[in-house]
Amino acid sequence: MDKFRMIFQFLQSNQESFMNGICGIMALASAQMYSVFDFSCPCLPLYNQAYGLGILLVPPFILFLLGFVLNNNISMLAEEWRRPQGQRGKDQAVLRYMFCSMAQRAMIAPVVWVSVTLLDGKCITCAFCTSVPVETLGNTSHPGLSQGEMKRVLARIPCKEIYDGQELIANEVAVRYLRCISQALGWCFVLLMTTLAFLVRSLRPCFTQAAFLKSRYWSHYIDIERKLFDETCAEHARSFAKVCIQQFFEGMSTDLAAAHCHPPRKAPADVGEAAEKLLGITDQGTMNMALKSWHRCKPPLHLHLPALPSGNGWAGEGQPPAHPPVPRRETAAYYSWV
Amino acid sequence: MDRFRMIFQYFQSNSESVMNGICGLLALASVKMYTCFDFSCPCLPWYNMAYGLGIMFVPPVALFLCGLILNRQSLVMLEEWRRPQGRRKKDLAVIRYMCSSVMQRAMVAPVVWIIVTLLDGKCLICAFSGSVDPKKFVGFANASLVQVQQLLAKVPCKDDELMRNNTSRKTVSRYLRCWSQALGWSILLILIIAAFLARWLRPCFNQATLLQARHWSNYIDIEQKIFEETCCEHSRLSAHKCILHFFESMRQEIKLHSFSLPREGEGAEGKEDLLQGITDQDQVNKLLKMWYYEKPPLDVSQV
Repeated sequence: MDKFRMIFQFLQSNQESFMNGICGIMALASAQMYSVFDFSCPCLPLYNQAYGLGILLVPPFILFLLGFVLNNNISMLAEEWRRPQGQRGKDQAVLRYMFCSMAQRAMIAPVVWVSVTLLDGKCITCAFCTSVPVETLGNTSHPGLSQGEMKRVLARIPCKEIYDGQELIANEVAVRYLRCISQALGWCFVLLMTTLAFLVRSLRPCFTQAAFLKSRYWSHYIDIERKLFDETCAEHARSFAKVCIQQFFEGMSTDLAAAHCHPPRKAPADVGEAAEKLLGITDQGTMNMALKSWHRCKPPLHLHLPALPSGNGWAGEGQPPAHPPVPRRETAAYYSWV
Repeated sequence: MDRFRMIFQYFQSNSESVMNGICGLLALASVKMYTCFDFSCPCLPWYNMAYGLGIMFVPPVALFLCGLILNRQSLVMLEEWRRPQGRRKKDLAVIRYMCSSVMQRAMVAPVVWIIVTLLDGKCLICAFSGSVDPKKFVGFANASLVQVQQLLAKVPCKDDELMRNNTSRKTVSRYLRCWSQALGWSILLILIIAAFLARWLRPCFNQATLLQARHWSNYIDIEQKIFEETCCEHSRLSAHKCILHFFESMRQEIKLHSFSLPREGEGAEGKEDLLQGITDQDQVNKLLKMWYYEKPPLDVSQV
């Protein structure tokens, strides 16, 4: 149980680990979906190719897009790409890093589907059974059939129970031939993909390691900053609601006191604590302005340390002020040790 | 058990996670329901289409309504839509955001049912076996019209005596299943492309408005929960006070007759502050009515 909890916590620790978990689950789901899916070749001349190639190519495309849709970073990427520059410069390298890392993870489930499909062989058998070389594999002394008739007979190869061309070409021979080709393609595909993955991983440190470290850091930073902003907004909403409801009760109590002539009660101590968490934002208009300003003009990546006491309670780091100052043109100040 | 508790805690961490969890559970329930359901095509000319299309479309409507019922946010949204304006303005963007998020989550289970139905193929084979063109299939080309209709209607029933070893039946069945699966995959593809475009393009339009709508819809949800908790606390204290008062009055009556009981401690007095001076049924009723008819403005600056 402890092990499970540790794994769960590790995967939750940042968005990338979480995405690795989702990616693994999707790969397993893709293999499971293939085994559950009831492949049923239509055994008709033109329909076979459409069906076979469709099952080979359409689900991987769906799984690829699903990999993007399930990844929360996609809206983060789009937001970072489309936001107004404001006081914080934009770095194309960070955007490229985020996109590449999402695309790599989204590719895993489709590759698993295509490999499993090719290694199983049913799709290729269904799609290409009409192209089997009858001259080499079949009985050439059989009375000649027209092209259309031959295609119709060959199209039934995948459907053993309705196949009627045993004299032309044995069903078993054709199926083994096609399955052999399909499995060879499957293994070549697996080899190609693993080679590509190996090259990408091993060549990268040789060329762009410094830029890679910077991009990775700032992409994690953007992710964490967005999460913390959402948590801070939720905490603010909670404190706002507590104080609002308390004031409502007090307002009612004051009205009743005026009607019945006994003194109104004073606020309990814990409301004071909730009020402090409001960070000076105490009405709807100010909150809306803060949210708009967070999108339009993100604060610069430059922390103001609390050296001097300031009177208005904003002596914190990088909090968006209620009325943003005139934005300064600032290029991205990403410091590097290299 | 621990594993379930952890997964449960993760989903409870905020109400959006709870709703995603419910939505996922409904989708799994919909798949399980389909696999458990014993599909049995009537194999009669008009009944086939009614049965096949009925099984394909009626359970999704029921699942959609279940999705709306189980989602707490749909009630919160309705309340926000119908409340009198009072001192707090209504923001249509927030209501629209809540409505679209509720609808999206409720649509997942019906869509899963329809896609699983299409990928399995039995419904479409049952519904449309009577509508195929008999001339395309060798076994049915040379029969009279009425006979053909009867035979085609029996295609979904493998165990019928006429159909048991009929190769044309298998051909028609495969043909229809191929169309059904192609339709299922196409619908899935279109939906995924739509979801992808929606996630990709949303930050390009009105991101600031979206942030605001999301924040205030979350706020309304939290406020409702905290109000319910405050009312619970208030009613608990009222009940406590009421019962103590009752015992006190009993005791005073006894004292009148026997002169020997000590005074009660002052512990109950401290809790009175929390009752906020609202101490009888009419006052509580007035407070609840006021909460509905005139929600307080979103302005706590006189703290």
